[in-house]
Amino acid sequence: MSFDEITQLLTDKFGADTIAGTETGGLQPALLIHPDHITTVCLELRNNPNTYFDFLSSLTGVDYGTEANRFGVVYHLASIPYQTQLTLKISKENNRDLNELPAFPSITSVYRSADWHEREAYDLTGIFFEGHPDLRRILLPDDWEGFPLRKDYKTAEFYKGIKID
Amino acid sequence: MNQKYEQALNDYNKKISSAATEDMVLNMGPQHPSTHGVLRLELITDGEIVKEVIPHIGYLHRCFEKHAESLTYQQTIPFTDRMDYLASMNNSHAFVMGVERMMGIDKDIPKRVEYIRVLVCELNRIGSHLIAIGTYGIDIGAFTPFLWCFRDREHIMGMLEWASGSRMLYNYIWVGGLFYDLPVGFEERCREFVDYFKPKMTELNQLLTDNQVFINRTANVGVLPLDVAINYGCSGPMLRGSGLRWDLRRIDNYSAYPELEFDVPVGKGEMGAVGDCWDRYKVRVDEIEQSLRMIEQCLDRLQKELKRTPDFDPRAKLPRKTIPKAQDYYVRCEGAKGELGFYFMADGKSEIPTRVKARAPSFSNLSVLPEIARGVMIADLIAIVGSIDFVLGEVDR
Repeated sequence: MSFDEITQLLTDKFGADTIAGTETGGLQPALLIHPDHITTVCLELRNNPNTYFDFLSSLTGVDYGTEANRFGVVYHLASIPYQTQLTLKISKENNRDLNELPAFPSITSVYRSADWHEREAYDLTGIFFEGHPDLRRILLPDDWEGFPLRKDYKTAEFYKGIKID
Repeated sequence: MNQKYEQALNDYNKKISSAATEDMVLNMGPQHPSTHGVLRLELITDGEIVKEVIPHIGYLHRCFEKHAESLTYQQTIPFTDRMDYLASMNNSHAFVMGVERMMGIDKDIPKRVEYIRVLVCELNRIGSHLIAIGTYGIDIGAFTPFLWCFRDREHIMGMLEWASGSRMLYNYIWVGGLFYDLPVGFEERCREFVDYFKPKMTELNQLLTDNQVFINRTANVGVLPLDVAINYGCSGPMLRGSGLRWDLRRIDNYSAYPELEFDVPVGKGEMGAVGDCWDRYKVRVDEIEQSLRMIEQCLDRLQKELKRTPDFDPRAKLPRKTIPKAQDYYVRCEGAKGELGFYFMADGKSEIPTRVKARAPSFSNLSVLPEIARGVMIADLIAIVGSIDFVLGEVDR
């Protein structure tokens, strides 16, 4: 299925407000999805016999910069039977308050590979995934403060009282 | 901190403390030799039975993505080498291909450069698989294959050192070309190595692959069904061991691979169920043979129609400034361990990407371990961990 056909299929199935837009400027077009619908969209794309995106290649948490104050998640899906690829994006604004992390639904119920990838996105960019079974930090220690891949992250001077050179 | 962000950590601590009173919690690693690096596996055991495995990673986290956000594309290549340090060439090849496609210069790369890239990548893949096979043997008690594999890998290391100047972390493949052309006489020496190495593979098969003790330890152990493998994002020999013919060198047809003849070996369940440890091991052995085939074909072309000429400059197509157009791009290629992907976000103004994400094959391959290791014996867990063949430098990045 081509990119336009997939867009059409999702619009027919879930209504026009599921898709917030498309990005077709670069080499790989991307579908912008409304954050609340990402789980159902992924489930549909995986189970529909015409698309069959059964492989989640990668999941990336993104901080779009201190001016935009937007956080997003980018999903790269691949279909093994059809040998196609698809990029999905979700994003929302957030005021960088560490008590109110940007929260998106987890897709671990659709792709189990999202489990560790979502933990990594939480660990490094500070994106919370609602409904994730075990959202602990994965690469950094459990008591690490801050999220290093945020654009406003300042390198810590001390770790547990030890000066960092 | 908001309470709900601490919830998962509290649940985990509760689980471990209650398991410590009813069952036994056993820490395997981070210094355990069979975990192939600094991986810590927390086992909840009931006698010899592993009830649950909780992997703890991150001991080798070196902030690849953070570094990539502050360095130019060309400067990031040495950092990619350090991800999967057993197959550095494959990493930089993937990274470089992504940048070249974003720049729109991927069609201008000279044929000789493409063939040299494939040649060194396949040599490196053999080196990586030799480590996988050798250390797998030593994990379950066979010491000799380890020495044999390292002896043969040393020839590959020597050749790549001759070409690039370093033994493991090459920085040889650059955006738009190569560091240097191959040294004079490389092709001949490489051919000598192939002729030397082929009988050694037969010997290795007689020693390990068909060894009844080895088969008893690996057949029907750690069976990974195909649907589980796909759902967990496994790729490379892991996925092919479960019986799916999925090789990105064939699917995406990048670089010089469409012009080369090779087969994609898959696990057939010859000794037990499809997708057991023996199948994964066998896929790697078969892939070495296919890589040798590819190397021979590359050498044929490099010695005939793509012969070295005095005025050939592998740096001729190097861009002065590496500034891709503003776009996002995800590139994937078949690394030694599976699907290696890089996701770039370029703003179109600077040489520094705004975001780089590395999708490491070992990361996803390792995440399936708790699923297939549930309810096995502790000794079998060693066999399963070895058969996954991960590199912690890549898991933790």
